[in-house]
Amino acid sequence: MVSEKRLNIGVLNVQGAVSEHAEFVRSLGDNAILVKHPEDLDQIDGLIIPGGESTTIGKLMDKYQLSETIREKAKQGFPLFGTCAGLILLAKEIEGNEKAHLQLMKMTVNRNSFGRQRESFETPIAVKGVAEDFPAVFIRAPHIVECAADVNVLSEYEGKMVAAQQGNLLVTAFHPELTGDTRIHRHFRQIVENHKKSQQ
Amino acid sequence: MAITGTERVKRGMAQMQKNGVIMDVINAEQAKVAEAAGAVAVMALERVPSDIRAAGGVARMADPTIIEEVMKSVSIPVMAKCRIGHIAEARILEALGVDYIDESEVLTPADDRYHVNKREFTVPFVCGARNLGEALRRIVEGASMIRTKGEPGTGNIVEAVKHMREVQAQIRKVASMSEDELVAEAKNIGAPIELLIQIHKDGKLPVVNFAAGGVATPADAALMMELGADGIFVGSGIFKSESPEKFARAIVDATMNYKDYDLLAKLSHGLGTPMRGIELSTLNDNERMAERGW
Repeated sequence: MVSEKRLNIGVLNVQGAVSEHAEFVRSLGDNAILVKHPEDLDQIDGLIIPGGESTTIGKLMDKYQLSETIREKAKQGFPLFGTCAGLILLAKEIEGNEKAHLQLMKMTVNRNSFGRQRESFETPIAVKGVAEDFPAVFIRAPHIVECAADVNVLSEYEGKMVAAQQGNLLVTAFHPELTGDTRIHRHFRQIVENHKKSQQ
Repeated sequence: MAITGTERVKRGMAQMQKNGVIMDVINAEQAKVAEAAGAVAVMALERVPSDIRAAGGVARMADPTIIEEVMKSVSIPVMAKCRIGHIAEARILEALGVDYIDESEVLTPADDRYHVNKREFTVPFVCGARNLGEALRRIVEGASMIRTKGEPGTGNIVEAVKHMREVQAQIRKVASMSEDELVAEAKNIGAPIELLIQIHKDGKLPVVNFAAGGVATPADAALMMELGADGIFVGSGIFKSESPEKFARAIVDATMNYKDYDLLAKLSHGLGTPMRGIELSTLNDNERMAERGW
């Protein structure tokens, strides 16, 4: 699908599955902008925070002043999409004594909820309004323990919340970028497009 | 229905480590230093490679006590090494719940002809390679991640550079070949034709490729990233340096920002003495770990 108007979708280029998301963005006909510095955020319409190690990405985001800028923009409605580590980074609280990172989504998350790597798995799941049978790849994945009423839960797996949306903030505990299935990225693209129109 | 241990789940785990640094540690305290510095994973060992070299004798899988101690102390993934071809050590590590197994030439090989059939495991494996043929043989055996062998425990980057350049050059060659040349090339390098066809099409390996074996400074890490590594393993380079915390942080920063030369200059200031290192011409042939593996 090549859209009439290309969007500039950023992929946070700190650590993790950056190129996989960038390829998805390009496959939907948009420009993928790799974001490493706060000023890179000025030229994009929405940002994907990829899977990786949340402790590593969180530390480096703080160190390079990305956290503050992303937080301020998101409070103005700037769309963000976090997968796995990205979900953890967006959460208001992390279970245990760990310090939360961007603290944008009103939810508490639990890390490594499905066990270690040998317990990591894939399974088709329903994602509300997006897909009935999305191929979800869970890798040492987190889950959402609890969330506020205005957080729309999009998916549950075995009673655990694993995808959600709060306004223009979208998160999945699994990795759509590993599957070749772009439906969730299309959903995010729609959020970004709507937001961009509302700003004009 | 949920399925564990699929190719996508195993390779995907390594993809999540990209642009990151994996550090060798021998106890909980070191593991915490590594995690605090921003490591994406730790490799739990009884001895770092330079000490394995110094100790001599047969190097085996670490005592599970150490591996479990490390697993309990950090929330990032924990890897551990088994000997080449040692199916039982690999199964023990899988039973312990380590997140990745390194079938490693750093330990004394248990089989002088065959590697572990890694496809049969739920846990993913990383293996060393000096060239494309070796990398593809490991991948067809089921490795979900490749790393250069380098020359472990030397603090000398020259072998890792050689192996990374070799793999990249061979990938470029395969990508630019005409299709009818691929079978002969597969025969030449001892690699399965199916994987060569895939590389011819994609222009890259089907799994991530990290640099390992000799990284001792932030500049070494940046060099390996520049040469096309997806990430970095640091063995002795951190905890054999004068100030492990500083080296660990600087190597993480350098890996992420390998093209930011002003930052690299800043990072390289006042780190203290790196691990001492070994000039390779002083090693006897039987002391070279990279020659292990087939």
